[in-house]
Amino acid sequence: MTAFLALLQRDTRLAIRIGGGALMGVLFFLIVVTLVPFAVGPDLAQLRRIGPAILWVGALLASLLTLDRLLAADHEDGSLDLLLMGTTPLELVVLTKAAAHWITSCLPLVIATPLLGLFLNLEPLAIGAVALTLLAGTPALTCIGLIGAALSVALRRGGLLLPLLVLPLTVPVLIFGVAASNAAIAGPTSFGAPFMILCALSLGSLVLGPFAAAAALRHGLE
Amino acid sequence: MALIDLANPTRFLSATARVLPWLAIATAIAFAVGLYLVWSAPDDYQQGATVKIMFIHVPNAWLAMAVWAVMSIASIGTLVWRHPLADVAAKAAVPLGAAFTFLALLTGSLWGRPMWGTYWVWDARLTSVLVLFLMYLGVLALSRTVDDPSRAGRAAAILTLVGAINLPIIKFSVDWWNTLHQPASVFRASGPAIDPSILTPLLVMALAFMLLFVTLHLAAMRNEILRRRVRTMWLMQAHAAS
Repeated sequence: MTAFLALLQRDTRLAIRIGGGALMGVLFFLIVVTLVPFAVGPDLAQLRRIGPAILWVGALLASLLTLDRLLAADHEDGSLDLLLMGTTPLELVVLTKAAAHWITSCLPLVIATPLLGLFLNLEPLAIGAVALTLLAGTPALTCIGLIGAALSVALRRGGLLLPLLVLPLTVPVLIFGVAASNAAIAGPTSFGAPFMILCALSLGSLVLGPFAAAAALRHGLE
Repeated sequence: MALIDLANPTRFLSATARVLPWLAIATAIAFAVGLYLVWSAPDDYQQGATVKIMFIHVPNAWLAMAVWAVMSIASIGTLVWRHPLADVAAKAAVPLGAAFTFLALLTGSLWGRPMWGTYWVWDARLTSVLVLFLMYLGVLALSRTVDDPSRAGRAAAILTLVGAINLPIIKFSVDWWNTLHQPASVFRASGPAIDPSILTPLLVMALAFMLLFVTLHLAAMRNEILRRRVRTMWLMQAHAAS
């Protein structure tokens, strides 16, 4: 537990301080959401209709942006080798790093959602639904991304490869995230069912992600 | 070290050298019989001659999924037993699986144009096959990025197994998404139950494509083993020169 907290604190600090790039994701999110109206036109009714989808795609891309540094920075300065040799189980180590990444990169996206929702002319209820589904769904994005980050950590062009590996796996999260948001806004289906499945996806990838990532690190860095 | 690992593949090479010509002949015969049966199969009363695309399309779609299963089994062999042949088998299967998936998409699209009036619809099956294709490309890209063959093999094996767990989930969620967005109007309820006059050529063609996969897979595995030997020789040569 001490190791968990110490690592969480270290990673969070490193991400927030200069050069950590934690807020890059939010800025990117803001820019993506700003660009969409330029592409689809400033029609407010249309923006309201596709708003949840825009926010979800923006958050998905923004959470990818910082993933390549999740393990690569530690690999470059050698601290990942220390963690590999340490007594703390590697699964717990990567889970901690994923938690730190979620706190510094995904939680800001959830917090920024209400403001961006206003840009897209969303109702308060819709904003709440999108923020809630993002809160429930982004852990899945981080844990799936963790696998990709572990696979590509030692590669020369790992950052380019990462989205290729991760994005197809995020299809279910995107589907159920947007579906739950839309169900809360317009119906006809209930909010509960897709939201529950979204939570299940998050919990499932919370289990799968650390084990697969730890296996990838063990095999990749020996 | 690397040369000791090649001991078992040597036996594989000599065994496949004997088997491959026969497999190739069997494939050619199966294709000849299958294509003849397809040629003589009756046209569909609604779809006309375009129904014959099905005899190419359906076996490819089956193989697209079967090859991922082959890769998954080989990946377990790579990760659990570190079997050098399992690694080679998984790597050799990836481009073949990607090709079959691409052919399934292409023929489906060409079939869809006269039938549905469009090359592409966001139907559940098409969409999940497209995601499958993207995942094949991801594995391909990953195994082409790492220099060391055995490390590349293990990374690709982990991604393959993660994909094997995720593909049913993706399939399920795409089905769910599709029923939410549009009622199943595009796919007619698969017409009448398949008549034996259609089913027999289809099964023969499926057998032919399966034999084609086995033949190409074994040949690709041989190539991969030889490629690795060449690589080892180069490395030894470079080592000796320095």
